[in-house]
Amino acid sequence: MSDVQRQIAERVARLLQPGEIVNLGIGIPTLVADLLTAADGVHLETENGLLGVGPAPDADRIDASLVNAGKRPVTALPGSSYFSSSESFGLIRGGHVTTAVLGALQVDACGRVANWALAGKPILGVGGAMDLLVGAQRVIVATTHTAKSGAPKIVSECSCPLSSDRPVDVVVTEAATFTLDDRGLTLVEVAADFDYAWVRAHTEAAFGSAEEAQL
Amino acid sequence: MDPLSEKLIDIAAAAALVRRGDTMLVGGFGLVGKPLALVEALLTNPEATQLTVVSNNLGEPGEGLGRLLLEGRIAKAIGSFFTSNPDVVAAHGRGELEVELTPQGTLAEAIRAGGAGIAAFYTRTGAGTKLAEGRETRSFGGLEHLLWPAIRGNVALIRARAADTYGNLVYEKTARNFNPDMATAADVVVAQVDEIVPVGSLDPEAIVTPHLLVDRLVLA
Repeated sequence: MSDVQRQIAERVARLLQPGEIVNLGIGIPTLVADLLTAADGVHLETENGLLGVGPAPDADRIDASLVNAGKRPVTALPGSSYFSSSESFGLIRGGHVTTAVLGALQVDACGRVANWALAGKPILGVGGAMDLLVGAQRVIVATTHTAKSGAPKIVSECSCPLSSDRPVDVVVTEAATFTLDDRGLTLVEVAADFDYAWVRAHTEAAFGSAEEAQL
Repeated sequence: MDPLSEKLIDIAAAAALVRRGDTMLVGGFGLVGKPLALVEALLTNPEATQLTVVSNNLGEPGEGLGRLLLEGRIAKAIGSFFTSNPDVVAAHGRGELEVELTPQGTLAEAIRAGGAGIAAFYTRTGAGTKLAEGRETRSFGGLEHLLWPAIRGNVALIRARAADTYGNLVYEKTARNFNPDMATAADVVVAQVDEIVPVGSLDPEAIVTPHLLVDRLVLA
Protein backbone atom coordinates (compact mmCIF):
# COMPACT_ATOMS: atom_id res chain seq x y z
CA MET A 1 0.00 0.00 0.00
CA SER A 2 1.41 3.38 -0.95
CA ASP A 3 1.41 6.31 1.48
CA VAL A 4 -1.24 8.08 -0.58
CA GLN A 5 -3.52 5.04 -0.60
CA ARG A 6 -3.05 4.64 3.14
CA GLN A 7 -3.87 8.30 3.76
CA ILE A 8 -7.11 7.92 1.81
CA ALA A 9 -8.04 4.72 3.61
CA GLU A 10 -7.36 6.35 6.99
CA ARG A 11 -9.58 9.29 6.14
CA VAL A 12 -12.38 6.93 5.10
CA ALA A 13 -12.01 4.80 8.24
CA ARG A 14 -12.59 7.89 10.39
CA LEU A 15 -15.99 8.40 8.73
CA LEU A 16 -17.31 4.97 9.77
CA GLN A 17 -19.46 4.72 12.88
CA PRO A 18 -19.85 1.84 15.35
CA GLY A 19 -22.67 -0.49 14.32
CA GLU A 20 -22.44 0.28 10.63
CA ILE A 21 -22.72 -2.45 7.98
CA VAL A 22 -20.02 -1.56 5.48
CA ASN A 23 -19.20 -2.92 2.03
CA LEU A 24 -15.69 -2.20 0.78
CA GLY A 25 -15.04 -2.14 -2.95
CA ILE A 26 -11.90 -3.36 -4.68
CA GLY A 27 -8.73 -1.25 -4.56
CA ILE A 28 -8.21 1.56 -2.05
CA PRO A 29 -11.52 0.77 -0.26
CA THR A 30 -10.23 -2.71 0.61
CA LEU A 31 -7.36 -1.11 2.54
CA VAL A 32 -9.86 0.33 5.01
CA ALA A 33 -10.38 -3.19 6.43
CA ASP A 34 -6.78 -3.30 7.66
CA LEU A 35 -7.29 -0.09 9.64
CA LEU A 36 -10.37 -1.26 11.55
CA THR A 37 -10.29 -3.14 14.84
CA ALA A 38 -13.03 -4.85 16.81
CA ALA A 39 -13.20 -1.71 18.94
CA ASP A 40 -14.47 0.24 15.92
CA GLY A 41 -17.65 -1.87 15.98
CA VAL A 42 -18.01 -1.89 12.18
CA HIS A 43 -19.42 -5.01 10.49
CA LEU A 44 -17.92 -5.64 7.05
CA GLU A 45 -20.05 -7.25 4.37
CA THR A 46 -18.81 -8.65 1.08
CA GLU A 47 -21.22 -9.10 -1.83
CA ASN A 48 -20.07 -12.62 -2.62
CA GLY A 49 -21.98 -13.68 0.47
CA LEU A 50 -20.47 -12.93 3.89
CA LEU A 51 -21.34 -10.56 6.72
CA GLY A 52 -18.56 -10.48 9.31
CA VAL A 53 -15.43 -10.28 7.16
CA GLY A 54 -12.26 -10.57 9.26
CA PRO A 55 -8.63 -9.78 8.48
CA ALA A 56 -6.62 -11.69 5.89
CA PRO A 57 -5.36 -15.03 7.26
CA ASP A 58 -1.74 -16.05 7.66
CA ALA A 59 -0.46 -17.93 4.60
CA ASP A 60 -0.81 -21.31 6.32
CA ARG A 61 -4.43 -20.61 7.34
CA ILE A 62 -5.84 -19.70 3.91
CA ASP A 63 -9.21 -21.30 3.18
CA ALA A 64 -9.94 -21.54 -0.56
CA SER A 65 -13.68 -21.31 0.16
CA LEU A 66 -13.40 -18.03 2.06
CA VAL A 67 -12.71 -14.96 -0.07
CA ASN A 68 -13.86 -11.36 -0.44
CA ALA A 69 -15.27 -9.71 -3.55
CA GLY A 70 -11.73 -9.14 -4.80
CA LYS A 71 -11.26 -12.94 -4.56
CA ARG A 72 -8.63 -12.43 -1.83
CA PRO A 73 -8.52 -14.79 1.17
CA VAL A 74 -10.26 -13.43 4.27
CA THR A 75 -11.44 -14.80 7.61
CA ALA A 76 -14.92 -14.90 9.10
CA LEU A 77 -15.35 -13.33 12.55
CA PRO A 78 -17.52 -14.73 15.36
CA GLY A 79 -21.12 -13.79 14.59
CA SER A 80 -20.61 -13.92 10.84
CA SER A 81 -23.09 -15.41 8.39
CA TYR A 82 -23.07 -16.65 4.80
CA PHE A 83 -25.72 -16.08 2.15
CA SER A 84 -26.32 -16.69 -1.55
CA SER A 85 -25.69 -14.09 -4.25
CA SER A 86 -29.38 -13.22 -4.65
CA GLU A 87 -29.76 -12.82 -0.87
CA SER A 88 -26.59 -10.75 -0.75
CA PHE A 89 -27.75 -8.32 -3.41
CA GLY A 90 -31.19 -8.25 -1.82
CA LEU A 91 -29.45 -6.92 1.29
CA ILE A 92 -27.60 -4.37 -0.85
CA ARG A 93 -30.44 -3.12 -3.07
CA GLY A 94 -32.85 -3.35 -0.16
CA GLY A 95 -31.00 -0.61 1.70
CA HIS A 96 -29.69 -2.82 4.51
CA VAL A 97 -26.04 -1.93 3.94
CA THR A 98 -25.36 1.39 5.69
CA THR A 99 -22.22 2.42 3.83
CA ALA A 100 -20.51 1.35 0.62
CA VAL A 101 -16.97 2.54 -0.01
CA LEU A 102 -16.16 2.48 -3.72
CA GLY A 103 -13.28 3.47 -5.94
CA ALA A 104 -13.77 5.77 -8.91
CA LEU A 105 -12.27 6.63 -12.24
CA GLN A 106 -14.11 9.97 -12.17
CA VAL A 107 -16.74 11.81 -10.13
CA ASP A 108 -18.80 14.58 -11.71
CA ALA A 109 -19.97 17.87 -10.23
CA CYS A 110 -23.29 16.28 -9.16
CA GLY A 111 -21.47 13.44 -7.41
CA ARG A 112 -22.22 10.82 -10.02
CA VAL A 113 -19.50 8.19 -10.34
CA ALA A 114 -17.81 6.49 -13.28
CA ASN A 115 -16.01 3.43 -11.97
CA TRP A 116 -16.55 0.51 -14.34
CA ALA A 117 -15.30 1.34 -17.81
CA LEU A 118 -12.90 3.56 -19.68
CA ALA A 119 -14.22 5.83 -22.40
CA GLY A 120 -14.18 4.19 -25.81
CA LYS A 121 -12.99 0.76 -24.60
CA PRO A 122 -15.02 -2.47 -24.81
CA ILE A 123 -16.97 -2.93 -21.58
CA LEU A 124 -16.64 -6.46 -20.23
CA GLY A 125 -16.82 -6.03 -16.47
CA VAL A 126 -19.33 -4.38 -14.15
CA GLY A 127 -19.44 -6.54 -11.01
CA GLY A 128 -21.52 -5.32 -8.09
CA ALA A 129 -20.73 -1.61 -8.11
CA MET A 130 -23.99 -0.55 -9.80
CA ASP A 131 -26.04 -2.43 -7.20
CA LEU A 132 -24.09 -0.86 -4.33
CA LEU A 133 -24.49 2.60 -5.85
CA VAL A 134 -28.26 2.38 -5.93
CA GLY A 135 -28.74 0.39 -2.74
CA ALA A 136 -26.37 1.48 0.01
CA GLN A 137 -27.76 4.09 2.42
CA ARG A 138 -24.54 6.09 2.09
CA VAL A 139 -21.86 5.85 -0.59
CA ILE A 140 -18.33 7.07 0.07
CA VAL A 141 -15.97 7.34 -2.88
CA ALA A 142 -12.32 6.70 -2.00
CA THR A 143 -10.00 7.83 -4.76
CA THR A 144 -6.74 9.58 -5.49
CA HIS A 145 -7.38 13.24 -6.19
CA THR A 146 -5.87 13.00 -9.66
CA ALA A 147 -5.24 10.23 -12.19
CA LYS A 148 -1.71 8.91 -12.79
CA SER A 149 -1.52 11.37 -15.70
CA GLY A 150 -2.15 14.20 -13.25
CA ALA A 151 -5.60 14.87 -14.71
CA PRO A 152 -8.29 15.78 -12.16
CA LYS A 153 -10.67 12.92 -11.27
CA ILE A 154 -13.32 15.23 -9.83
CA VAL A 155 -14.61 16.72 -13.06
CA SER A 156 -17.44 18.85 -14.45
CA GLU A 157 -18.67 15.96 -16.56
CA CYS A 158 -17.40 12.36 -16.66
CA SER A 159 -15.82 11.26 -19.93
CA CYS A 160 -16.02 7.64 -18.75
CA PRO A 161 -19.44 5.92 -18.66
CA LEU A 162 -21.45 6.60 -15.49
CA SER A 163 -22.08 3.73 -13.05
CA SER A 164 -25.36 5.13 -11.73
CA ASP A 165 -27.59 8.18 -11.91
CA ARG A 166 -27.51 8.36 -8.11
CA PRO A 167 -25.02 10.86 -6.68
CA VAL A 168 -22.69 9.61 -3.95
CA ASP A 169 -22.67 11.18 -0.50
CA VAL A 170 -18.98 11.73 0.26
CA VAL A 171 -15.78 11.90 -1.81
CA VAL A 172 -12.52 11.29 0.02
CA THR A 173 -9.09 11.84 -1.53
CA GLU A 174 -5.62 12.17 -0.04
CA ALA A 175 -6.09 15.93 -0.14
CA ALA A 176 -9.70 16.65 0.66
CA THR A 177 -13.13 15.49 1.70
CA PHE A 178 -16.22 16.67 -0.16
CA THR A 179 -19.86 16.09 0.67
CA LEU A 180 -22.70 16.09 -1.84
CA ASP A 181 -26.17 17.55 -1.68
CA ASP A 182 -28.63 19.19 -4.06
CA ARG A 183 -26.21 22.07 -4.59
CA GLY A 184 -23.40 19.74 -5.63
CA LEU A 185 -19.94 19.36 -4.12
CA THR A 186 -18.97 21.02 -0.87
CA LEU A 187 -15.39 20.95 0.38
CA VAL A 188 -15.55 20.08 4.08
CA GLU A 189 -11.95 19.20 4.91
CA VAL A 190 -8.46 19.77 3.54
CA ALA A 191 -5.77 17.32 4.62
CA ALA A 192 -2.83 18.57 6.68
CA ASP A 193 -0.26 18.38 3.87
CA PHE A 194 -2.45 20.27 1.39
CA ASP A 195 -4.14 23.66 1.17
CA TYR A 196 -7.21 25.18 -0.43
CA ALA A 197 -5.25 26.47 -3.42
CA TRP A 198 -3.92 22.98 -4.21
CA VAL A 199 -7.41 21.48 -4.01
CA ARG A 200 -8.82 24.26 -6.20
CA ALA A 201 -6.07 23.79 -8.78
CA HIS A 202 -6.51 20.00 -8.95
CA THR A 203 -10.30 19.85 -9.00
CA GLU A 204 -12.05 20.54 -12.29
CA ALA A 205 -15.60 20.48 -10.94
CA ALA A 206 -17.05 23.51 -9.24
CA PHE A 207 -17.41 23.17 -5.48
CA GLY A 208 -18.46 25.27 -2.52
CA SER A 209 -16.80 25.42 0.86
CA ALA A 210 -18.52 24.71 4.15
CA GLU A 211 -16.37 26.98 6.27
CA GLU A 212 -14.06 28.91 3.99
CA ALA A 213 -12.55 30.70 6.92
CA GLN A 214 -11.05 27.48 8.20
CA LEU A 215 -9.68 26.28 4.87
CA MET B 1 -17.96 -45.50 1.73
CA ASP B 2 -20.64 -43.02 0.73
CA PRO B 3 -24.22 -44.30 0.93
CA LEU B 4 -26.00 -44.94 -2.37
CA SER B 5 -28.10 -42.18 -3.84
CA GLU B 6 -30.49 -42.72 -6.75
CA LYS B 7 -29.31 -39.36 -8.03
CA LEU B 8 -25.63 -40.30 -8.12
CA ILE B 9 -24.13 -40.62 -11.60
CA ASP B 10 -20.55 -40.72 -12.82
CA ILE B 11 -18.95 -37.64 -14.21
CA ALA B 12 -19.05 -38.78 -17.87
CA ALA B 13 -22.81 -39.32 -17.58
CA ALA B 14 -23.12 -35.85 -16.10
CA ALA B 15 -21.12 -34.32 -18.95
CA ALA B 16 -23.42 -36.08 -21.45
CA LEU B 17 -26.42 -34.16 -20.05
CA VAL B 18 -25.20 -31.00 -21.77
CA ARG B 19 -26.28 -30.65 -25.39
CA ARG B 20 -25.33 -28.51 -28.36
CA GLY B 21 -26.70 -24.99 -28.08
CA ASP B 22 -27.77 -25.35 -24.45
CA THR B 23 -28.00 -22.46 -22.04
CA MET B 24 -25.89 -23.64 -19.13
CA LEU B 25 -25.82 -22.02 -15.69
CA VAL B 26 -22.51 -22.52 -13.88
CA GLY B 27 -22.13 -21.62 -10.20
CA GLY B 28 -19.15 -19.98 -8.59
CA PHE B 29 -17.54 -16.61 -8.04
CA GLY B 30 -14.27 -16.75 -9.92
CA LEU B 31 -13.07 -20.27 -9.20
CA VAL B 32 -14.57 -20.27 -5.68
CA GLY B 33 -17.58 -22.57 -5.58
CA LYS B 34 -17.16 -23.46 -9.25
CA PRO B 35 -17.90 -27.11 -10.16
CA LEU B 36 -14.52 -27.45 -11.88
CA ALA B 37 -14.61 -31.23 -12.33
CA LEU B 38 -18.00 -31.02 -14.10
CA VAL B 39 -16.90 -28.12 -16.28
CA GLU B 40 -13.69 -29.83 -17.36
CA ALA B 41 -15.54 -33.11 -18.00
CA LEU B 42 -17.48 -31.28 -20.72
CA LEU B 43 -14.30 -31.29 -22.81
CA THR B 44 -14.86 -35.02 -23.33
CA ASN B 45 -18.39 -34.43 -24.68
CA PRO B 46 -18.17 -32.96 -28.21
CA GLU B 47 -21.90 -32.14 -28.10
CA ALA B 48 -21.23 -29.65 -25.30
CA THR B 49 -20.66 -26.82 -27.74
CA GLN B 50 -22.26 -23.61 -29.06
CA LEU B 51 -23.15 -23.02 -25.42
CA THR B 52 -24.61 -19.95 -23.83
CA VAL B 53 -22.94 -19.86 -20.43
CA VAL B 54 -24.48 -17.96 -17.54
CA SER B 55 -21.83 -17.47 -14.87
CA ASN B 56 -20.46 -14.51 -12.96
CA ASN B 57 -17.09 -14.93 -14.70
CA LEU B 58 -15.66 -17.17 -17.40
CA GLY B 59 -12.97 -18.80 -15.30
CA GLU B 60 -9.33 -17.87 -15.28
CA PRO B 61 -6.98 -18.26 -18.27
CA GLY B 62 -6.94 -21.98 -19.13
CA GLU B 63 -8.92 -22.99 -16.05
CA GLY B 64 -12.55 -23.98 -15.60
CA LEU B 65 -14.79 -22.23 -18.11
CA GLY B 66 -11.64 -20.59 -19.47
CA ARG B 67 -10.67 -24.00 -20.90
CA LEU B 68 -14.06 -24.44 -22.58
CA LEU B 69 -13.66 -20.99 -24.08
CA LEU B 70 -10.23 -21.83 -25.51
CA GLU B 71 -11.74 -24.99 -27.04
CA GLY B 72 -14.30 -22.83 -28.83
CA ARG B 73 -17.27 -24.34 -27.00
CA ILE B 74 -18.82 -21.11 -25.76
CA ALA B 75 -20.79 -18.91 -28.16
CA LYS B 76 -22.22 -16.46 -25.64
CA ALA B 77 -21.49 -15.48 -22.06
CA ILE B 78 -23.92 -13.82 -19.66
CA GLY B 79 -22.26 -12.58 -16.49
CA SER B 80 -20.98 -9.59 -14.55
CA PHE B 81 -17.20 -9.59 -14.73
CA PHE B 82 -15.16 -10.94 -17.62
CA THR B 83 -12.11 -8.67 -17.54
CA SER B 84 -10.30 -10.97 -15.07
CA ASN B 85 -9.72 -13.47 -17.90
CA PRO B 86 -7.78 -11.88 -20.81
CA ASP B 87 -8.81 -14.81 -23.04
CA VAL B 88 -12.42 -13.61 -22.78
CA VAL B 89 -11.44 -10.09 -23.77
CA ALA B 90 -9.47 -11.47 -26.74
CA ALA B 91 -12.26 -13.83 -27.91
CA HIS B 92 -14.77 -11.00 -27.70
CA GLY B 93 -12.39 -8.73 -29.61
CA ARG B 94 -12.11 -11.32 -32.40
CA GLY B 95 -15.90 -11.52 -32.62
CA GLU B 96 -15.92 -15.16 -31.49
CA LEU B 97 -17.77 -14.59 -28.25
CA GLU B 98 -20.95 -12.66 -27.64
CA VAL B 99 -21.04 -11.07 -24.19
CA GLU B 100 -24.12 -9.88 -22.30
CA LEU B 101 -22.88 -7.87 -19.37
CA THR B 102 -25.24 -7.88 -16.38
CA PRO B 103 -24.69 -6.20 -12.99
CA GLN B 104 -23.89 -8.89 -10.43
CA GLY B 105 -27.00 -8.34 -8.33
CA THR B 106 -29.21 -8.19 -11.40
CA LEU B 107 -27.68 -11.44 -12.63
CA ALA B 108 -28.38 -13.15 -9.30
CA GLU B 109 -31.93 -11.80 -9.17
CA ALA B 110 -32.64 -12.75 -12.79
CA ILE B 111 -31.66 -16.33 -11.98
CA ARG B 112 -33.65 -16.27 -8.74
CA ALA B 113 -36.66 -14.96 -10.68
CA GLY B 114 -36.18 -17.65 -13.32
CA GLY B 115 -36.45 -20.28 -10.63
CA ALA B 116 -39.34 -18.64 -8.84
CA GLY B 117 -41.82 -18.21 -11.68
CA ILE B 118 -41.23 -14.48 -12.08
CA ALA B 119 -40.98 -13.49 -15.74
CA ALA B 120 -39.14 -10.20 -15.24
CA PHE B 121 -38.52 -7.55 -12.60
CA TYR B 122 -37.78 -3.84 -12.27
CA THR B 123 -34.57 -2.67 -10.63
CA ARG B 124 -32.87 0.66 -10.03
CA THR B 125 -29.53 -0.94 -10.78
CA GLY B 126 -28.09 0.29 -14.06
CA ALA B 127 -30.61 3.10 -14.57
CA GLY B 128 -29.02 6.02 -16.39
CA THR B 129 -26.05 3.95 -17.55
CA LYS B 130 -24.97 2.32 -20.80
CA LEU B 131 -26.52 -0.94 -19.57
CA ALA B 132 -29.92 0.74 -19.76
CA GLU B 133 -29.63 1.22 -23.53
CA GLY B 134 -32.39 -0.64 -25.36
CA ARG B 135 -34.09 -1.73 -22.14
CA GLU B 136 -37.64 -0.96 -21.13
CA THR B 137 -37.78 1.53 -18.26
CA ARG B 138 -40.46 2.69 -15.90
CA SER B 139 -40.56 5.27 -13.15
CA PHE B 140 -41.45 4.23 -9.60
CA GLY B 141 -41.37 6.88 -6.87
CA GLY B 142 -39.90 9.32 -9.37
CA LEU B 143 -36.88 7.13 -10.04
CA GLU B 144 -36.10 5.29 -13.25
CA HIS B 145 -36.03 1.49 -13.06
CA LEU B 146 -34.96 -1.06 -15.68
CA LEU B 147 -37.06 -4.04 -16.66
CA TRP B 148 -34.89 -7.14 -16.61
CA PRO B 149 -36.08 -10.55 -17.86
CA ALA B 150 -35.57 -13.68 -15.79
CA ILE B 151 -32.88 -16.19 -16.72
CA ARG B 152 -33.33 -19.95 -16.95
CA GLY B 153 -31.05 -22.67 -18.22
CA ASN B 154 -31.43 -26.06 -19.88
CA VAL B 155 -28.88 -27.30 -17.40
CA ALA B 156 -27.20 -26.00 -14.23
CA LEU B 157 -23.83 -27.19 -13.00
CA ILE B 158 -23.39 -26.30 -9.34
CA ARG B 159 -21.00 -27.04 -6.50
CA ALA B 160 -21.89 -27.86 -2.91
CA ARG B 161 -19.90 -29.25 0.00
CA ALA B 162 -22.16 -32.18 0.76
CA ALA B 163 -25.42 -33.83 -0.24
CA ASP B 164 -27.52 -36.39 1.51
CA THR B 165 -28.82 -39.29 -0.54
CA TYR B 166 -32.03 -37.38 -1.32
CA GLY B 167 -29.95 -34.55 -2.80
CA ASN B 168 -30.36 -31.97 -0.05
CA LEU B 169 -27.34 -29.64 -0.24
CA VAL B 170 -25.14 -27.76 2.21
CA TYR B 171 -22.46 -25.35 1.06
CA GLU B 172 -19.01 -24.21 2.19
CA LYS B 173 -18.64 -20.56 3.29
CA THR B 174 -18.38 -18.09 0.39
CA ALA B 175 -18.32 -21.00 -2.08
CA ARG B 176 -22.12 -20.84 -1.79
CA ASN B 177 -22.55 -17.66 -3.91
CA PHE B 178 -24.61 -18.29 -7.10
CA ASN B 179 -25.02 -22.04 -6.56
CA PRO B 180 -28.31 -22.07 -4.59
CA ASP B 181 -29.86 -19.59 -7.03
CA MET B 182 -28.85 -21.65 -10.05
CA ALA B 183 -30.21 -24.81 -8.43
CA THR B 184 -33.69 -23.34 -8.85
CA ALA B 185 -33.48 -22.18 -12.44
CA ALA B 186 -32.64 -25.01 -14.85
CA ASP B 187 -34.43 -28.02 -16.32
CA VAL B 188 -31.64 -30.34 -15.17
CA VAL B 189 -29.56 -29.53 -12.08
CA VAL B 190 -26.31 -31.39 -11.49
CA ALA B 191 -24.46 -30.84 -8.21
CA GLN B 192 -20.78 -31.66 -7.77
CA VAL B 193 -20.27 -32.52 -4.10
CA ASP B 194 -17.33 -33.56 -1.89
CA GLU B 195 -19.36 -36.20 -0.05
CA ILE B 196 -22.76 -37.86 0.15
CA VAL B 197 -24.13 -38.61 3.61
CA PRO B 198 -27.16 -40.64 4.77
CA VAL B 199 -30.55 -38.95 4.84
CA GLY B 200 -31.12 -37.53 8.29
CA SER B 201 -27.51 -36.66 8.97
CA LEU B 202 -27.74 -33.07 7.68
CA ASP B 203 -29.34 -30.59 10.06
CA PRO B 204 -32.63 -29.56 8.36
CA GLU B 205 -31.98 -25.99 9.53
CA ALA B 206 -28.64 -26.00 7.73
CA ILE B 207 -29.85 -27.34 4.37
CA VAL B 208 -29.73 -24.48 1.87
CA THR B 209 -30.96 -26.29 -1.25
CA PRO B 210 -33.82 -28.75 -0.70
CA HIS B 211 -33.59 -32.01 -2.62
CA LEU B 212 -36.51 -31.38 -4.98
CA LEU B 213 -34.27 -28.93 -6.87
CA VAL B 214 -31.43 -31.36 -7.44
CA ASP B 215 -31.63 -33.94 -10.25
CA ARG B 216 -28.17 -35.48 -10.30
CA LEU B 217 -25.19 -35.75 -7.95
CA VAL B 218 -21.56 -36.23 -8.90
CA LEU B 219 -18.83 -37.02 -6.39
CA ALA B 220 -15.63 -35.21 -7.28
